[in-house]
Amino acid sequence: MSNEITNHLFDEAELREVDRILAQFPEKMAGTLPLLWMIQEKYGWISTESMEYVGQLCEVPYDHVLGVVTFYTMYNQKPVGKVHLQICTNVSCMLRGADRIFDHISNKHNIKNKQTTPDGVYTIERVECLGSCATAPMMQVNNKEFHENLDLNKIDELLEELKQKYSN
Amino acid sequence: MVKVILKDIPDLDKLDVYVNNGGFTALKKSVTEMSPDDVIEVVKKSNLRGRGGACFPTGLKWSFMPKGNEQPKFLCCNGDESEPGSFKDREIFEKNPLQFIEGSLIAAYAIGAKAVYVYIRGEYWKWINIMNEAIRECYVKGYLGDNIMGTGFNCDMYLYKGAGAYICGEESAMMNSLEGKRGYPRIKPPFPAQKGVWGYPTTINNIETLACVPEIINKGAEWFAGIGNPKHPGTLLYGVSGHVNKPGVYELPSGTPLMTIINDYAGGVLNGKKIKMVIPGGTSMPPLTAAECENINMDNESLKEIGSAIGTGGIIVMDEDTDLVQVLTRITHFYYHESCGQCTPCREGCGWMLRVLERIEAGLGRQSDLDLLVSVAKNIEGNTICALGEAAAWPVKFTITKFLDDFKAAIPADESALPEMNKVHALRKSPQYEVLNNNKEQEIVEGLIGKVREDVKEKRSAM
Repeated sequence: MSNEITNHLFDEAELREVDRILAQFPEKMAGTLPLLWMIQEKYGWISTESMEYVGQLCEVPYDHVLGVVTFYTMYNQKPVGKVHLQICTNVSCMLRGADRIFDHISNKHNIKNKQTTPDGVYTIERVECLGSCATAPMMQVNNKEFHENLDLNKIDELLEELKQKYSN
Repeated sequence: MVKVILKDIPDLDKLDVYVNNGGFTALKKSVTEMSPDDVIEVVKKSNLRGRGGACFPTGLKWSFMPKGNEQPKFLCCNGDESEPGSFKDREIFEKNPLQFIEGSLIAAYAIGAKAVYVYIRGEYWKWINIMNEAIRECYVKGYLGDNIMGTGFNCDMYLYKGAGAYICGEESAMMNSLEGKRGYPRIKPPFPAQKGVWGYPTTINNIETLACVPEIINKGAEWFAGIGNPKHPGTLLYGVSGHVNKPGVYELPSGTPLMTIINDYAGGVLNGKKIKMVIPGGTSMPPLTAAECENINMDNESLKEIGSAIGTGGIIVMDEDTDLVQVLTRITHFYYHESCGQCTPCREGCGWMLRVLERIEAGLGRQSDLDLLVSVAKNIEGNTICALGEAAAWPVKFTITKFLDDFKAAIPADESALPEMNKVHALRKSPQYEVLNNNKEQEIVEGLIGKVREDVKEKRSAM
């Protein structure tokens, strides 16, 4: 683990950010989650190579990083579409028609849960409660923005907008 | 109407507006005029109880922290908020983040922590950005870091972004997550105040709990203790969702009647329908029937009396047309998905309950399934490291027992129409089984075992 890192996945500015993050904790292992977030932010998903890299930076074995990546649901273990649609289907959203939204997108784009359209634009996923129960039904896009109070009549429009926004 | 956290002041999330409205005076007062023990004493007197679900007295929790500065001590703020039906902390991050920051600094002073970690669930991207900005501004203006407000008090605050795991809302799982590990709950004892994050004394408080603290210091313990139900005082952030006209977060005194919240604040049930079931505090809390809703006050003591609890104050309302089998299946799917997998009863039990419920939902249930579900739930409850076991078991146990007719109706009356799944099932429907059953099978089986023993003896003696 003390081996020199030869192939850097972060540039110099990012490595300074890594140092800033690691300085917040008494132990380097604590950097595992934040550094994985940085990887996902940059590359869109977390590859075996990047898990090894994070392990080297945090001075923990690759196995530890793999354990973390597979435990937390927000880390993408394979590439996803440009527009990653995560639709909450938990109770409050279900009561407000989340399944209809999911089925509509699923049928229209011919993709099932966790699948990506052949053109690599949309990935659809059923997820658990996102803490947006008062504005149900809702979905999260690309692990970031919340789209709340979804309307079945306006969902196609919204998807088109998102495609334009994230295709470039 | 008294408001402690979500005050009706525009732009209160801006630092200058917050300071102009008396912001950070409580911190200054605590640090300059009071000793840490004084602060703990005031919070104890105010009878502030944790808002994360367990309602543990906050002052008492702080007093468990060891005195002295031989070792580092930490404060962790729990903003994981993943219980379905809960969405109150994000309201605090959005509307009044600085009061939370001030409250956590007062807590850090009281327990002697030099660093505060704010753990926020990864899905709250927008609110994480808000908090990052608020923390950055506080550093720039001297409300965080070294020599805060010229008082000589030092404290750092770091934001930690979760990555999607309900279990990290459990305090010991959160500590593991903060250490960069999988979110596995730890066995207690040792309690966090003895051996917490990185092995050092740690206090973990909910965001809402900490946001109450500045007002308690400013207006006094008696003022706070006088709001709402004296046994569980203060205001609570009730999050109402489901079949209501105006879902949202409403800050009201504890002990506000449930029907007042639903009808006067949340705009009543959608389309004027009747209530079938209400979950009072996030999906893990035992649900209430329509009759129980009528006269119940929303505070922990009142709910405890009828066998439920306030939890996180996330109220989910379901109207008379709701399919409870579907609801319970969905809830169970959540706990099945979120079980960390350490304890067998929870890991396996949640899967069993889910599969049986899915069978019932598909119209292939058996009358015996309902007893089976309750029996599995009872065997999870109390047999796990953390409370996720109870969280998964209670909805199943209580929804089925309280709404038995709904579940019975979902099961076909003519069970013989079902395919016989396996040998055991087939045997139970066969005449041989009836014979065994009627003729005291126990004796027959014991008789057979006795015969085998005799045979073995005979063979041995012949050798």
